[in-house]
Amino acid sequence: MATAEGVVLEARGITKTFGNHTALKGVDISLRRGEVHALLGENGAGKSTLIKILTGAYTPDAGVISLDGQPVSFATPQQAQALGIGTVYQEVNLLPNMTVSDNLFIGRQPSAFGLVNRSATDDLARKVLSQYGLDIDVRAELSTYSVAIQQIVAIARAVELSGKVLILDEPTASLDRHEVDKLFEIIRTLKSRGLAIVFITHFLDQVFELSDRVTVLRNGFRIGSEPVAALDRTGLVRMMLGKDLVHHHNGPVEGEPDGGDLLMSVRQLGLTGSVQPLDLDIRKGEVVGVAGLLGSGRTEMARLMFGIDVADSGALHIDGESRVVRSAREAVSLGFGFCPEDRKADGIFGDLSVRENIVIAMQARLGWFRALNRDEQLEIAGNFIEALDIRTASAELPVKLLSGGNQQKVILARWLATDPRFLILDEPTRGIDVGAHAEIVRMISRLREDGLALVVISSELDEIVSYSSRVVVMRDRALVAELHGADITPARIVQAIAGQGVEGAA
Amino acid sequence: MKRLHLSDIARPQLLALACILLLNWLVFPGFFTVTWQDGRLFGSLIDVINRGAPVAILAVGMTAIIATRGVDLSVGAVMAVAGAVAATAAVVGQPLIVTLLGALLVGLACGLWNGALVAFLGMQPFVATLVLMVAGRGLAQLITEGSIVTFSDPALIFVGTGSLLGLPMPAVIALVLMIAAHLVMRRTAMGLFVEAIGTNRSAASYTGLRTRTVILTLYAFGGLCAALAGVIAAADIRGADANNAGLWLELDAILAVVIGGTSLMGGRFSIPMSVLGAVIIQAMNTGILVSGLPPEFNLIVKASVIILILVMQSDRIGELVSRRFARLKLRGKS
Amino acid sequence: MNPRYRPLAATTLIFIVAYGLCIAQYPAMWSTRVLGNFLTDNAFLGIAAVGATFVIISGGIDLSVGAVVGLAGVLSAVLITTLGLHPLAAFAIVLVVAASFGAGMGAAIHFLRVPPFIVTLAGMFMARGVASILTQDSIPIDHEFYRTISGLYYRLPGGGRLSAIGLLMLLVFLVGGLIAHKTRFGSYVYAIGGNQTSAALMGVPVGLTTIGIYALGSFLGGLAGIVYSLYTSSGYPLAAVGMELDAIAAVVIGGTLLTGGYGFIFGTLIGVMLQGLVQTYIVFDGTLSSWWTKIAIGLLLFMFILLQKLVFSAQGRRPRMQKAPA
Repeated sequence: MATAEGVVLEARGITKTFGNHTALKGVDISLRRGEVHALLGENGAGKSTLIKILTGAYTPDAGVISLDGQPVSFATPQQAQALGIGTVYQEVNLLPNMTVSDNLFIGRQPSAFGLVNRSATDDLARKVLSQYGLDIDVRAELSTYSVAIQQIVAIARAVELSGKVLILDEPTASLDRHEVDKLFEIIRTLKSRGLAIVFITHFLDQVFELSDRVTVLRNGFRIGSEPVAALDRTGLVRMMLGKDLVHHHNGPVEGEPDGGDLLMSVRQLGLTGSVQPLDLDIRKGEVVGVAGLLGSGRTEMARLMFGIDVADSGALHIDGESRVVRSAREAVSLGFGFCPEDRKADGIFGDLSVRENIVIAMQARLGWFRALNRDEQLEIAGNFIEALDIRTASAELPVKLLSGGNQQKVILARWLATDPRFLILDEPTRGIDVGAHAEIVRMISRLREDGLALVVISSELDEIVSYSSRVVVMRDRALVAELHGADITPARIVQAIAGQGVEGAA
Repeated sequence: MKRLHLSDIARPQLLALACILLLNWLVFPGFFTVTWQDGRLFGSLIDVINRGAPVAILAVGMTAIIATRGVDLSVGAVMAVAGAVAATAAVVGQPLIVTLLGALLVGLACGLWNGALVAFLGMQPFVATLVLMVAGRGLAQLITEGSIVTFSDPALIFVGTGSLLGLPMPAVIALVLMIAAHLVMRRTAMGLFVEAIGTNRSAASYTGLRTRTVILTLYAFGGLCAALAGVIAAADIRGADANNAGLWLELDAILAVVIGGTSLMGGRFSIPMSVLGAVIIQAMNTGILVSGLPPEFNLIVKASVIILILVMQSDRIGELVSRRFARLKLRGKS
Repeated sequence: MNPRYRPLAATTLIFIVAYGLCIAQYPAMWSTRVLGNFLTDNAFLGIAAVGATFVIISGGIDLSVGAVVGLAGVLSAVLITTLGLHPLAAFAIVLVVAASFGAGMGAAIHFLRVPPFIVTLAGMFMARGVASILTQDSIPIDHEFYRTISGLYYRLPGGGRLSAIGLLMLLVFLVGGLIAHKTRFGSYVYAIGGNQTSAALMGVPVGLTTIGIYALGSFLGGLAGIVYSLYTSSGYPLAAVGMELDAIAAVVIGGTLLTGGYGFIFGTLIGVMLQGLVQTYIVFDGTLSSWWTKIAIGLLLFMFILLQKLVFSAQGRRPRMQKAPA
């Protein structure tokens, strides 16, 4: 931290709160000229919020940002851009329907008498892109090019407009190896030109390959900023997942490991471009923990099992039948339930009452005609509100007014009301307060004891270790390890995620 | 059942209706006079519910569609088609049951067509229903062969001008339909499904709801309602006018639903409130008529009401004032 | 060929083939007389459709065009016949009124963030209402200037007449094309239609552009109303009822994506001409009735919406499929 020299952008004590949720708590970050600075963290760690603050999309509640030593503040991305901070968002935020040169120069096209000089614009565009080793038809629509080229166009635009700091939000998420190499080459060139580059990714290899320094965020705190040379993979994963490997907490779940009756076998289930074919047995009365970093394919696996995405290889073997689940409805009729990762977008019906949110899956299963009357609904909702200790003033309150933890319990109640035999929970404890967190962890264990089969995806290793009967580890869209019994420790999981010294792979 | 609270009665819509009726009474003191004559009720008030019936029927069908964030722009044209079918059938001497069934089936088919485009081809509702809005009147003219088909089948005419228990037939039909639709929505799980889909379609499919089937059903029902309104409109004038039957009524129906408190952004809905919205619109129409203003004044009043509601429903107003830079809608993933 | 040009290519092809078939059946349709009438008879529709093209490219919709045409005609008639203004002065007033009307709708759409169809619906009521209050009946316009303009034409070889209003329509298409493809405003329109959030992030003035788009749409609606009054020598509040649908159909048939982002001003011309062709054919045939026009247009509209759906969803899927397993 001694080197103030070469610092282009510095942010100190950045804090941002949304409602009653604090997304960032006093985070510091400094970017130097000519460095690639990786920003790492799981979903909800605060990466996006930090980026949005640095690029002017959000204003921080507290903290100072200084650029070249001068304190600055910006209210819009345009202002940040004008001061030299350019961003390329994950889902390339350009205009696919317009030409490459339009995308580079919209609003700045050379023009005379109010008419745009197209050929001059195109020449400029070609000149700009040639710096990136790109020789393409700039008159073609952006969407006719691969994501990699779109990415480069976005980078070229951001650098053209800003030129001091370039923020790349998961630029490699949908590129193949060759394209990644090409992109890295460009990033290195820009680095040598003196730009400070922030690089957000969840591919650890790429962090080591490209970055000079790493800043890790977790739960809104900065865990640390280190030179990459001083870190190894395990150390990095440990920073991200917050695992103090010295302690060995509440060991693996006792009971009959691998002892319950087989509920279903997943055989070679996969979807091209999403999840590589994987095998998994799921038994009654066990929790299969799924560990893996963001983008490892953990959510995609859950979506395949629940029929949100339809597998193009393999099948589920259940009830003596082999089948591919083609819709959530089919999954529900098999007795499955799914608490999705993004509660707000895919889980809750915000304006509907707690009661309606709880009975909806059960009612969907019954069909529209066999309606539960209001008293039945109130009774079911009341039972679950009590059993899961859902804190709400009344069953008639719109669910959006509840806290995150209680919303999660409502979704859980929704599935429990259908009397399921198999539940998938994707990050059930994300973004909820400590008390509710512990309750949900206890609930998972209780459901297992009741004989339910559960698959629980989580970034919290402590949590996974505490309730899982078995842990499977996902990396690079494939299932890479299955840990049993005494092997279920945070240290082993971290090793498996980091891809070092894994034995007993599935 | 839920008990009735004072806040349920003092809804702004009811207050608005009361104000309009009061205004009507001020400009036309005989407004509330209702007389009994030839076994049926007469008076301006009765006229309001009679004239408001077609829009009320359209609004019954439109409500749930709008609750799923959809819209059906074709109902006016479907009215014309159904009216044409009914008139043509009556002219060739078909009995009432055949006439009615024919018209309703055609309306149902139109609704299914719209619903299939929206639910299964994933078209934007206003785009999908635009097709029938454009072609529908042509179809109606095809059926009537370009002329205004007049008929004299007393049974069919009764549907538009007769009375039951002293009340005009259209109002009776609208009332029965409203109650039936409301019961189907609230006594079965349909209403819950519709509100769930309208609130969060993604969550609805995660929950295992048949979202497509539900949406298809709603558009089909919307077509059915439009056909019924078309038959009444035709029976009222004893003829099918392919050019003018139901003209602009899709707009009145949307307006009625919105006045009734169902948001164009989907979610909660109430069919009786939409019908109340239709009555409010008709009360305004009648008021303008009895006050001697040109009926066209109506259009301006309606436009003003739409603008007023849009401004009131827009939670952006406060936001715009307080945060000048709230223009960028960036969702915080935190 | 870029698949996005397919709808336009399809329209052009359909027009040529359809025209060819018409000529094969009625050789008289192959004359400059018919072509000239095409332009004159559809001038008001064409002009309004240019405005609708901008609106639809931006991802919006304008249901008020027909009503604005009616209002502009009535307003012209009132100003000229009742108030005795010179037509040119009247035109200036009408165009300013129309443009401000559209700007108001654009502002409502942008600031209230409500769907354009509902705002322009209110606009439609408003414009028809005002027109009907100005007059219930058709007001004839009997002015020297009107007679002169209506009588102006350029004689085409073969006896056809390229009338002043037909020429004006072609001019509007030309200027519209320039604005769409050659100005920053034009690029902003496409940008907003492509992705409003991205456009805003890239510095496109979304609010001003939205207001400008609807102002332009209503301005051209006003111009179309003036042309309609020239064409009929009168102003009638119920003129051009339902014309917004014809305009939208012309735009979509002309290859513009109803959901915004893609479109061609030139395509709209073909869309208008195709509608004109259907009408002309029906006139020539004599046994077919005019309602077939609506059915044919509805059918074409459906075909093109479906075609766009196919072309664009196939396109949209491509980048995602490139997501190969690492």
